[in-house]
Amino acid sequence: MSSPAESLIEITGLSMRVSGLAVLGSSLAGIPLGIALAFSRAASRRWWNTVVQTGMALPPVVVGLLLYLLLSRSGPLGDWQWLYTAEAMILAQVILTLPFVIAVTASSVGSVPGELFWQLRVLGATPWQARLAVLKEARSGVLLAVAAAFGRSLSEVGAVMMVGGNIEGHTRVLTTAIVMETRQGHFALALGLSVVLMSVALAINILIVRLQGRAVS
Amino acid sequence: MSAPPSLEIRSLRHSYATGFVLQIDQLDIPAGETLCLLGPTGSGKSTLLKLLSGLETPGSGQIQLAGEPLSGDRIEQLRRIVLVPQRPCLQSATVRQNVEFGLKVRCVRPAEIARRVTAQLENCRLTALADRPARTLSGGQLQLAALARTLVIEPDVLLLDEPTASLDPGHVEVVEQLVSEERQRRPLTVVWATHNLFQARRMADRVALLLEGRLIEDAGNAEFFDQPHDQRTAAFVAGRMIY
Repeated sequence: MSSPAESLIEITGLSMRVSGLAVLGSSLAGIPLGIALAFSRAASRRWWNTVVQTGMALPPVVVGLLLYLLLSRSGPLGDWQWLYTAEAMILAQVILTLPFVIAVTASSVGSVPGELFWQLRVLGATPWQARLAVLKEARSGVLLAVAAAFGRSLSEVGAVMMVGGNIEGHTRVLTTAIVMETRQGHFALALGLSVVLMSVALAINILIVRLQGRAVS
Repeated sequence: MSAPPSLEIRSLRHSYATGFVLQIDQLDIPAGETLCLLGPTGSGKSTLLKLLSGLETPGSGQIQLAGEPLSGDRIEQLRRIVLVPQRPCLQSATVRQNVEFGLKVRCVRPAEIARRVTAQLENCRLTALADRPARTLSGGQLQLAALARTLVIEPDVLLLDEPTASLDPGHVEVVEQLVSEERQRRPLTVVWATHNLFQARRMADRVALLLEGRLIEDAGNAEFFDQPHDQRTAAFVAGRMIY
C-alpha cells in the first residue's frame, strides 16, 4: 500500500494526464473544426452551430452513461476492454470538451473582421495562407478555448466516475477522490484534495493567460 | 522587370441580390496607363475593382489580363494584381510585419524581405512607426501602411479603391505622390476609383465615368474634361448633380 503522499502524487498525476490528453485530443480535432465552421458558407452552418452549442451543455452523467453502455462487455465497443480504464476517462473528457473547443474557436475566428480575409487574399495569399493569418488574429480566443476545455476536463466528475470507476491506483483522479473522501466523512482530506485541484487549475490558467498575453502583444 | 499588362473588359455583366447590375460592353486599360474611375457612390466602381482583382468572378463576360482570361483559380495571375481598399484592414501586428505579409506569402527570401520592407517603409514615411502595432495608427497612417504593404510587392497592376476618400489634404498629397513616384520608377498599370474630379485630372491618363452600373464615357484625360461626348459627363465635370 502506498503512503498518502505517494497516493496524492499519483492521483494528481493521473488527473493531469487524463485532462491533458483529453484536451490535446479535443484541441487537435476541435480547432480545425472550429475554423471550418467559422469559414463555412453552407446553409447548414447555423444548424451545426446549434449542435455544437447544445454539446456544450451535455450533462456529464449522460455522456458517462452512454459510454458505459458502449464500452461495457456486452456493448458494441466491449472488445476494446476500456471500461474502468484511464482510456475510457480520456474518451469521456474528449466528448465533453470538444464542443467547447469548436464553439469558442469558431466564435474567435468569426469575430475577426471578415474583410481581413479578403484583403489578405488581394495581397496574394492563397485561401489557406489567408485562413492561417486569420487564425493567428484569433489565437487569443483559441487559447481561451483550450483553457475552458482544460477547466471543464479537470473539474469533471460524473462521467469519469461512471466509466473509470474510481479504482485506487488505477482510475482514481482528484475529483473522484474528493467525492469518495467526502462520502466517507474525511472532510479535511477532501478539502486538502480540493486545494490541490484548485492549485493545478490555477497554475494551468496562469500559464494560458501568459500565453494569451504574448499572443495579443 | 516584366512589362505591365493591359486589362480588357468584354461584355461584362455582374449582378447582386440587391438588384444592382454592373454592365460594361467594352473597356480597355492600356498597359502602363492610369485609368481613373469616376462616379457617385453606388455607381459600380468598387464592384468593377473587385472583378478586376480576380477574386470575384463576373456573372458573364470576360476580363483579360495581358490577353489571357483572368481567373480566380490562377494564383500567379492574381499575384500580379493588388488592390488597396478604401478602409484598410490590417493584421494586429506591427506595421513592419503587415508590410512583410505579401512578400512572405510569395516565399521571398528573408534577407530580401528585410531589405525591401525597410526601403518601402522609408518610401512611405513610416520608418518611425515600423515597430508600432498597426491598430494604434491614425487613419492617414493606416492608409499609408496599406499602400506600403501593396507597393512592396511591386505588383504589375495597382487597383486603388478611393484610397484618399477619408484623408486630410496632407495625406492625400502623400498618397498621390507615392503612386506617381512608383509609376516613374517602374512600369505599372493603375486603376484608381475616386469621387474627386481634381484628383482624376491630376493623376489619370484616361478617365471613365460610371453611372448606375453603366459606362457612360471613357476618354483621355484632356478629352474627358475639356470635350466630353456625353451630356451627363459634361454635367458631372461642370459639377452639376447628375444622379
